[in-house]
Amino acid sequence: MRYSNTQLFWLVGLRVIIGWHFLYEGLVKLINPNWSSVGFLLDSDGPLGDFFQSLATYPDLLHWIDLLNIWGLIAIGAGLMLGFLSRMALVAGIVLLSTYYLSHPPFIGLKYAMPTEGSYLLVNKILIETIALVVLLLFPTSHRIGIDRFIFTEKEA
Amino acid sequence: MSEEKAKGLNRRDVIKGLATLPVAGVFAYSWYQKQKIDRMLKNAISDEVNLETEQMAFSSKPNNSQQIRLGIIGAGGRGRSLLKAAGFAEPRFIDDWKWQASQKKTDKRYEEYMQQEDLNLVLNGICDIYEGNAEKALKAGANQYRNGVDGKMGAEPKRYRTYQELLAADDIDAVIIATPDHWHGTITIAAAKAGKHVYCEKPMTWTIPETYEVRKVVKENNIVFQLGHQNRQTESHYKAKQAYEKGLLGKVNLIEVTTNRNSPGGAWQYHIPEDAGPQNIDWNQFIGPAPWHDFSLERFFRWRCWWDYSTGLSGDLFTHEYDAMNQILSLGIPEAAIASGGVYFYKDGRTVPDVLQMTFEYPARDLSLLYSASLSSNKRRGKLIMGHDAYMEVGGNLKLYVDSGSTKYKDKIKEGIIDPKLPLYSFTPGMKQVDAITSPTEQYFAGRGLLYTYRGGKRVDTSHLHIKEWVDCIRSGKQPSCDIDQGFEEAMTAHMGTVSYHENRKVFWDATKEEIV
Repeated sequence: MRYSNTQLFWLVGLRVIIGWHFLYEGLVKLINPNWSSVGFLLDSDGPLGDFFQSLATYPDLLHWIDLLNIWGLIAIGAGLMLGFLSRMALVAGIVLLSTYYLSHPPFIGLKYAMPTEGSYLLVNKILIETIALVVLLLFPTSHRIGIDRFIFTEKEA
Repeated sequence: MSEEKAKGLNRRDVIKGLATLPVAGVFAYSWYQKQKIDRMLKNAISDEVNLETEQMAFSSKPNNSQQIRLGIIGAGGRGRSLLKAAGFAEPRFIDDWKWQASQKKTDKRYEEYMQQEDLNLVLNGICDIYEGNAEKALKAGANQYRNGVDGKMGAEPKRYRTYQELLAADDIDAVIIATPDHWHGTITIAAAKAGKHVYCEKPMTWTIPETYEVRKVVKENNIVFQLGHQNRQTESHYKAKQAYEKGLLGKVNLIEVTTNRNSPGGAWQYHIPEDAGPQNIDWNQFIGPAPWHDFSLERFFRWRCWWDYSTGLSGDLFTHEYDAMNQILSLGIPEAAIASGGVYFYKDGRTVPDVLQMTFEYPARDLSLLYSASLSSNKRRGKLIMGHDAYMEVGGNLKLYVDSGSTKYKDKIKEGIIDPKLPLYSFTPGMKQVDAITSPTEQYFAGRGLLYTYRGGKRVDTSHLHIKEWVDCIRSGKQPSCDIDQGFEEAMTAHMGTVSYHENRKVFWDATKEEIV
């Protein structure tokens, strides 16, 4: 796929800032000894609300969910920012964000304790970020701008 | 060029491959700057707060000690929930909790009960004057293996028709008293005289004279007495006490405590069982020290609505609030009290008010304790301890905010180190560890009750901890946290409010004579 320089610049820009966001979200959770996904899970609602709430009831599982969230966010963030294994990072990011969206879908009639900083009807910022990742998956850039350039040289030749 | 391509790497590749690396550098630098500022703010606050950061451990000791033989006098709703807290839940509840847990994984009542520590108790006697209560309590008492209806049961406790017979039994060491208020004092006195240790529900007494007698007899007979204020076990109250004692609040001049309820059950209009009647209720024994009244199902099951048996809002609900404040600030008995209110919503024939305001004065401490209650509004107002430098909101969790007009924190507010809009210190039980600053989101969840109260990683019932403390003290000979002196202060303070309400005047406490005047 050929992009103009401008197209490439903004696609990489989008990838990098989403990576930044993931990386920071992961790191703040890592350094906060009190952080746990328990509150977020218990606050779940919507069609899958019971499922997400039940995850919070197994302490061992919760421990893994916390670790997976923290290191998942960090790895995805770094991957997107540096263009390292971007495809994998994008898919993982889409899966992770989808769980966030599905546990707290802004459907009509649902209310959450989780404070939000905006007003949402079906669409929230998580959904927008998820779709942005889908777009980046369809318009890859890391094999040009990113460490993937060193790994996947043959494919792009 | 072709050689370079063959190597798979040229200068252009390196530049493009690492083109976003500077962004990572900017990220790292921003991260470092942010951490530096956060750490500086946090240290500045920690120096100020300087509270112990460890959480209360679960003091579980193996019960190789001697079994304590219990009796219960008054096995109504509250009595049976105390039995559950002691390890004797009704089998039907076990089945119900199990079923609820299978329906909803987050329903932890079954798991919580099964994990509740075995206190090495046996329930040998039950006294209740209504057959329905006694039957349920007998089943609970036999359920020492914590089974459902079809499970294995132990021997049923003995049923006593009068408290005197139960107290005369040789196979009972200690009693739980959960009768209506008008019997608390009389039965506590009889139990102490019989040498039984006592766990008595609040309030300690119904009349002023029996308050002195209860204290005297409990002390003379060296029994272990615990008054049923389970708030004594709440972790956040310990933290609040520490914060107060460290002087974080500055001078405290006003404390505001409240009760808000808005349901018939909350206003003591309890369910009256269909099978109940004079044939299965010992009415004469119910009346006891109260003025005579003809048989009334309403009065029997909704006794809290009449002064004849009740201590009203002051004894029933204010005492919870008072005892929490006495625990945190060691208030003692006030020098003066004034009360007002009325029956404004529940005009069902009750004599006790459903709206009540009381002010208690502590001139020696330069503070007023204000209580305000409504049984027809759910507006949650909480417990507020207001100091010149900071105020505390105490509940299941604890939040301490610096006051914008504070003298002590003036400079730090000015420098932007302390923001009066954010809690300076907050404590949420069950968090992995206590910290001076926790995130607003965590606080929000905690405030909504989405986080449970844990001790040592286990969710526990405060009533269980309160009974456990009593039982531990019986074994060790120590005094529990809500002992007879705390009980005396609680009862007298509540009585001052009630006397003021009845007599429509300000009443005073003569500390030398220990009299309400």
